Formats: sequence, structure tokens, C-alpha cells
Amino acid sequence: MKVKLREIVPFDKEAEEKAIQKDHGLHPDDKYLKPGRIPHIWCPGCGLGVVLTSFIEGMRRKGLSVDQCAVVSGIGCTGRVAGYLDMDTYHTTHGRAIPFATGLALAKPDLHVTVFSGDGDLFAIGGNHMIHAARRNVNLKVLCVNNFNFGMTGGQVAPTTPLEARTSTTPLGNAEPGFNLPYLAHAAGAIYVARWTTFHPRQLVHSISESLGKKGFTFIEAIAPCPTGYGRPNKLGSGLEEMRYYREMSQIRNGADLRDTEIRLREKIIVGTFINTDRPDFMENYMGKVVARARAKGKGKEKGKAA
Amino acid sequence: MGKKVGIEVSIAAAEAVGLCDVDVVAAYPITPQTHVVEHLSELVASGDLDAEFVPVESEHSAMSVCCGSSAVGARTFTATAAQGLALMAEIVYIASSMRLPMVMFLSNRALSAPLSIWNDHSDTMMVRDSGWIQVFCENGQEVYDAIFHSFRVSEDPKVSLPVMINVDGFNLTHVIEPIEFWDKEMVKAYLPPFRPLSKLHPDKVLSMGAFGMPEIYAEQKQAHDVALTSSTPVILQGWDEMAKLTGRKYSAVETYRAEDAETLIFAMGSICETSTIAVDKMREQGKSVGLVKLRLWRPLPMGDLRKLLAKAKDVVVLDRSIALGAANAPVTSEMRALMYHEPQRPKIHCMIAGIGGRDVTPDDVVKMVNMALSEKDYEYHIYGVRG
Ligand SMILES: Cc1ncc(C[n+]2csc(CCOP(=O)(O)OP(=O)(O)O)c2C)c(N)n1
Ligand code: SF4
Repeated sequence: MKVKLREIVPFDKEAEEKAIQKDHGLHPDDKYLKPGRIPHIWCPGCGLGVVLTSFIEGMRRKGLSVDQCAVVSGIGCTGRVAGYLDMDTYHTTHGRAIPFATGLALAKPDLHVTVFSGDGDLFAIGGNHMIHAARRNVNLKVLCVNNFNFGMTGGQVAPTTPLEARTSTTPLGNAEPGFNLPYLAHAAGAIYVARWTTFHPRQLVHSISESLGKKGFTFIEAIAPCPTGYGRPNKLGSGLEEMRYYREMSQIRNGADLRDTEIRLREKIIVGTFINTDRPDFMENYMGKVVARARAKGKGKEKGKAA
Repeated sequence: MGKKVGIEVSIAAAEAVGLCDVDVVAAYPITPQTHVVEHLSELVASGDLDAEFVPVESEHSAMSVCCGSSAVGARTFTATAAQGLALMAEIVYIASSMRLPMVMFLSNRALSAPLSIWNDHSDTMMVRDSGWIQVFCENGQEVYDAIFHSFRVSEDPKVSLPVMINVDGFNLTHVIEPIEFWDKEMVKAYLPPFRPLSKLHPDKVLSMGAFGMPEIYAEQKQAHDVALTSSTPVILQGWDEMAKLTGRKYSAVETYRAEDAETLIFAMGSICETSTIAVDKMREQGKSVGLVKLRLWRPLPMGDLRKLLAKAKDVVVLDRSIALGAANAPVTSEMRALMYHEPQRPKIHCMIAGIGGRDVTPDDVVKMVNMALSEKDYEYHIYGVRG
């Protein structure tokens, strides 16, 4: 065969770390990342790096080690984080991160399970899972990177693309309004809802670490520049210029009325922590209502039934 | 006659769909299908194509929209690949069983897992029993011409079935080729307006999708099978008429230097062009080798194939997908079954090649033929696999 096939080399973490130290010293995030996987595939100016760093920082702040956490992602540029993080991660098919993570969270209730995925993955093809997991209040932390388009496949219209925004499938402007994600998450039952942009990494880190301490379904929208898919057709400029745009457009309003948080092109974007409440999560309800009743009747696994 | 242009195959296909004056396009983006749909959205946005472009939220919805639009008599098109087709599968079966005409551009891509965006035929083989008409294309011109042909066949009242055009992802979808375009007059002469046998209309009430109780289900399946197998004359006539218009003559099965060949390579899709080079090489070495290219996969042109294959001593099938746990890869299995009762039948060898985008060169084809001819076990082989 003409093509040269890549050698299969077993992954040696120690050797990898040594090589990195030799080149440029160990980065503080390296113990959370698979250094052998870097450089990543993301475009220059993409906001995904900021969100990933913020997630790691949020974990660190919460005092969580990689062994206590799992990350599940769907398909997309955002979905690639599952491959970069050096912990238990799973890259599901497109749209199925939440049901996979639900299984994980129910089987291992002590694990901190984060769903880290794109707006298209979570709200187009996977939208149904999102609302049902929120309704059940499954103990999941959803971190949704919203770049207003399907980045990975070439910048097509997504259910988050604002009305009139241009994408590769709406060349003269989108005829549909985008979802107001915080409002949707709240209405479906999320107990914690926040929105920040990559211009607000401190607040984003705070929200991530705060959500990691909650028991139940939490939702954080991280608005991120996608200069390749969204910035270019909408004349938002480079990644840096798109960041500037988010700086100018953002207005911090914690606890805002979620009917006002819809996003329109070239209009203000309301960011903040909007919802922070508590209600029994799925496990608590299930153990309290179903399992407890079965046990009272002398049934269930503990009473000698085969596992 | 239309002009000849150097153009990316996906864009040319979208132009052809535009020329067919399609009414509804519903699709969800997936590599390597995206350029087709993006170009259609441009045609709609610029006003060049008066159609509804529906950017649905998943492939399951795409195929559902297509069923709806076809049921009211709208000319309908969609495009997808691999995971998208897998998600559509439920409705793919509905579309054909409900006899709803539409055309799908399937940019063939390997199924997950592992996740791959590259070319093979595992996606289309997954739905090979779904009752769609399935055609394969070898080059850009074939893809372009297949769009007009597929709408004509699909919407013919004698057929009334959906058509899937298989286009090898990247190997064909993303290459730039010289393609001879059709003009509006040619399309008008070739493709009559869509007049469905029955459609949903408020003036003439009709129920579709009703329950099939045990006393009717088997009859419905038989009717579908008859419809599919008897669509062949319409398919062939469509190609004959096209030849009059364009000078390009297509048939269900084609051959290359196969007349006197002792060994036949059997292939589908873009690998056929690679195989013709391999045939030339082997002929130069004095070997008696030819090529059978199958364009029409469903309905399978059984008579033509039996006649062709019976003449050879050996047939080497280049299968582009695996059927795990089965007796053989899909195409080989069918060819063996087809020849089982023939008095004179060749040895049929199976070479699984080019899966998940692994490149296949003419030299690889030569090697595969040599390997097949020297084998003793007649099992399937995954060519080039390590370990
Ligand atoms: C069933 C299925 N359909 C389509 C695709 C193609 N696909 C891959 S990523 C993607 C969109 C990703 O968009 P988003 O979730 O917003 O993530 P981003 O790339 O913007 O980070 C699509 C449509 C797929 N992989 N599977
Ligand atoms: S396409 Fe957009 S989201 Fe994807 S890596 Fe590039 S900038 Fe980031």
C-alpha cells in the first residue's frame, strides 16, 4: 500500500510528561489534560479553550480531583473536550451525551458528572433529552458552549442562531428565532441556571464551581466566539473582535427575569446567574418513593433478591 | 447540449436538484454531505430556486419532513451520511413502504464506532433491505445525471418509490471534475411534473400510515417487493431516454474488458475507476482480467448478473463494508446466493477493502486479485489489515 500508516505506540504518560517538561515545563493544567493530545484542533480565536480552562479551574476551586469527575460530550468542536481531558470521559454520538451521562450518574451517584457539549448537540438533535433530564432533575452539570451555529460541520444554522443572523445555510439571514436557553432550562426544571461569555472567565469559573456543589440538574450557557463559523458571515471579525463584541453587548443582571434573556443579533446580551434553587433530585425521589416503598413491603435487592 | 464546467461534485449535484425545480429540501448537516445542502440553501436564498428549505433539528426530522412533503405531492429532496442515515432509519423504511417518492443524496461514510468521517459503504448496506431504489455512481458526471434520473424514476406512477443515490464521501463528493451541465429545456423534456397517484388533499380525504393487521401485513410487504422489482423497466427506460438527450448511456451493470476475462473484479462506486486502471495493468501482464461495475444495487439486476458472472472462472468482489458475524460481506453474500443454483458458477472471492476511508490504489486492487486467486479457504479477507 502506498499510504504510510501511523505506528501504534502505546501511550506512556510518564514519558509524555517528561518530554513536555523538557520542552516548556509542566503547565498547571497538565494534570487535567492529556498533553499528548495537544495541540488541539480548534481554530485560532475559538472560545472553546477559555471554557475548557474555566472548567478545570472550577473543578480545582471545588477541590475536585480527576478521579471524582467524569465528563460526557456529544459530537462537535465542543465535543472534542472529552478527548483532551485526562479523566473518565466519553464522546457519545451526536446528541446523546445527556442520556449516557444519566446512566453514569445513576449508577455512580458519587461521581460528579458534567455534560460538556455544544448548543447544536444539546438543543437540536439532543433537545429532547435535555428537557427530560431537567424535568427529572438528574444530578448532572450541563455546560453548554453556545457559539450560535454548528461549528464542526461548517457553520450551519442551529436552533440557537439568532433571527436574521447569517450562516452557511441561511446566507441571507435566519428566518427563525433562536432558543432562549436559560429560560428553556428553567422552564424544564433546572435548579441552577447561569449564562456567561468567554469574556467573563472569572464569573464562569465561579458558576462552574458553584454548580459542581449542587445536587440536581444545573445548566450553564457559555457564549463563545466561533470566528470561523459564526463570526465571519456576521461580520463580527476575528476571535478577539468577537470577544470585544461580547464585552460591549453583555450586561450583567443576576437573577434577571428569564423572559428578557433572549439573544438577538447586535442587541444586548443579558448574562448572570439567574436561578439557584433546590428541589429533590431524581435519585432522592426514586429512593424515597419507589425503593423505600418496595423495601417496606419486604422486596428489593437488600432483602435477599438476586442482584 | 449544456455547457461543460469544472466544478465540485457536491455543488454540481445541488445545481441539478435546483434544475429539477424541487419543492422541499429538508436536511441536517453532516460531513461529507454539507456542501450539497449549503449550495441548495444559497439557491433558495438567492431566489434562483423557489423551494422550502427546512433546516430541521435532526435527520429523523429530516426524513419525517420529506415524508410529509412527498405525501402532499411536493417534489422532495434530502441528503445525509452515515450516522445521519442511521438516525433516519426508522423513517427510511416508512418512506418506501408508504410508496413516497423522493430523492436522497447519500454521501457514503463509515458508521461509528469508532467515529469516522471517511468513506465506505457501511451506511447504505445498513438499509439495503429497506425497499428503496439504490444506485451507485462512479464519477461526478454520473452523480449529476443520476439526480434527474432519480426524480424521474421515483415519481413515475408505475414506481412511486424513493431513490437513494450513493456517492462516495470525499472521494467523489469533494473532488472537482469536468461535468457537462443540462439546460432547462433538457430537464423539461426529460422530467415531467410530479403527479402522485394519491396525495393528502383537503378536497379528497385520505388516511395514510394506517395499522397493518396480521391479515394484511404480509400482502403489503409482497406488494412493496413487487413494486420494487418491477421498477427495473422504468429505470432502464429513464437511462435510454437520457442517452437520446445527452449521448451518455447508462445501464444497470457495466463491464470493462470483461468479454473474454477469466477473472472478473466486481465493484461498486468510485473504486470502479481505480479498478479499471488495475485491469489495464493486469492485461498488460497478459492476465485475463476484466471488471464488472454494478450501478443498480436495488432492485438487483439478477438476470444480467447471472449471465455475466457465469462466464468467468473467478470473481473477486471488492466489498466496501463488513457484515460482522455473517457468512460473508454483503455484496459477496448476494453474488454467491445469486449463483448457487447456476449449473456453471465461478468461484466468488471476498476482499473487504477501503473501509473507514483506507485508501485503495490500483496496485492494491492488483494485489487483492492475486491474493484471491491464490487463496484456498474462500473466506472473507479484510485487505491490508494489521495485527
Ligand atoms: C446523527 C448525526 N448527525 C449529524 C452529525 C454531524 N455533526 C457533527 S458535529 C455537528 C454539529 C455540532 O454543533 P454544536 O453541537 O453546536 O458544536 P460546535 O461544533 O459548534 O462546538 C453535526 C451536525 C453527526 N455527527 N451525527
Ligand atoms: S469552527 Fe468555530 S467552534 Fe469549531 S474550532 Fe473553529 S472557531 Fe471553534
